[in-house]
Amino acid sequence: MAVLRDDRIGVRTVDDIIKARQLVRDSAIAQGLSLVDQTKLVTAASEIARNTLVHGGGGYMRLETLNDGTRRGIRLTFSDQGPGIADIALAMKDGYSTAGGLGLGLGGTKRLVNEFDLESEPGKGTKVTILRWR
Amino acid sequence: MERIPILKMGPYLLVTIQVDMHDRVAMTLQDELTQQIVAHHARGVLLDISSVNVVDSFIGRMIGNIAGISRVLDAETVVVGMRPAVAITLVELGMALPGVRTALNVDAGMALLKSAGRIATNGRPAR
Repeated sequence: MAVLRDDRIGVRTVDDIIKARQLVRDSAIAQGLSLVDQTKLVTAASEIARNTLVHGGGGYMRLETLNDGTRRGIRLTFSDQGPGIADIALAMKDGYSTAGGLGLGLGGTKRLVNEFDLESEPGKGTKVTILRWR
Repeated sequence: MERIPILKMGPYLLVTIQVDMHDRVAMTLQDELTQQIVAHHARGVLLDISSVNVVDSFIGRMIGNIAGISRVLDAETVVVGMRPAVAITLVELGMALPGVRTALNVDAGMALLKSAGRIATNGRPAR
């Protein structure tokens, strides 16, 4: 699979969440995603970026634009070195929140993308990868 | 910091969100709108989100909060102009904005607010 573009931006402040949303939107347009798919991916990115900031204490977002020969897509990887997630299955459940939110973050975000992967180790950090194909 | 203007139109307040909303801007809007509802004895709030292209769970929660707070203060909130792509995304995210009244555009939203004012639902005289 060819990686056409590989960018990395910090997620350290709320302003960075907005910058991340804009970068994802621009890339989604460039990759030819439909308006609905653009909106889903940007919303998913916003949810995960907020998790990286609020739960992970900040980190970064990597954006790759892909071409696997038949399809084009965008892969986003959010990494932090925060406290990690002890019970991933619980964290993925709708309605679960430790931050006073609605608890829609992870489970809801998974429904907005084609591929979703979460790796976390308590004390070491969390890495969330999401991918949306055109 | 940029602020979102709150316009007074008779007994109603009109808020048009035209920026990619920063968290602080959203919190400020919630506070200012609450104060303006009380200061103007507003009967309704029209929240126009037709220029908004992303509503994540944070902004969705703020919209729900505004509707809830205004209801407690005896004012109705109607959210108007949600883009189709935003509606699809919100529902898939699991956030269908329960308890928030919606209308397709400002005209329909205003009609809804006016009719809500005429129908007395709790034994009080109609407004």
